[in-house]
Amino acid sequence: MPEMTKQRPGTMRLVDAVKYRLPPAGVVSILHRASGGLMFVLLPFLIWLFDVSVTSEVSFETFRSTFNAGIGFLPAWFMKLVVWALIWAFLHHFIAGVRHLWMDATHSVSKQQGHSSALITLGLSVLLTLALGLKLFGLI
Amino acid sequence: MSVNYGSRRVVVGAHYGMRDWLSQRITAVLMALFTIVLLAQLLFGGPLGYDRWAGIFSAQWMKVLTFVVFISIGWHAWVGMRDIWMDYIKPAALRLTLQVATIVWLVGCMGWAVQVLWRL
Repeated sequence: MPEMTKQRPGTMRLVDAVKYRLPPAGVVSILHRASGGLMFVLLPFLIWLFDVSVTSEVSFETFRSTFNAGIGFLPAWFMKLVVWALIWAFLHHFIAGVRHLWMDATHSVSKQQGHSSALITLGLSVLLTLALGLKLFGLI
Repeated sequence: MSVNYGSRRVVVGAHYGMRDWLSQRITAVLMALFTIVLLAQLLFGGPLGYDRWAGIFSAQWMKVLTFVVFISIGWHAWVGMRDIWMDYIKPAALRLTLQVATIVWLVGCMGWAVQVLWRL
């Protein structure tokens, strides 16, 4: 037993954690966190967008020019990139959240279902993000 | 673990996990419903410009619904961010500081959002 205790790796650090190959459900889980954190950090930006888009016709022009001509020293493409990141974060968080609620409600929790629903979550969020990205950058 | 108070207190959750779990799900459902309601109004009703966009939020029922969703965002984000701090930040002083900063951040954001909403 003392030999076994010696071999314990100790507290897991981030460098150890990134060495693990996560299953799809694990990828969905950490991205659920990351996307939530991103939206938390960018919440003032979202409220600012809401503010300028609804307050008046004049402010609405600011909203439009933010994505046509940029704002301050930030170019329009960068603002679109930030919004695109938020679109991904919202879609991933939304779909992964529905997956959670579905698992809570049906109690249908098996390894296989967790695996396939995770793949659906990733596929759907990436696909919708790409489609809306094309729309956002004016490619379709 | 024999002494778990005072300076030896092991700082863990405050044992209201069920309430957090449930409130996070209820607020999630409210936000999901709001998304569907907003999307339905955006997709149906002709070309989208300032008038129609601002018009959506000028209806009183939409104001009330949006207000509820703002509060939901704050509550939901609080539970989520608290989870993140509890998982990754171990020093109690730093964790408490970050939790207080989170509350200040979220309450500030909610105040601004409500102001924008109700001056329409």
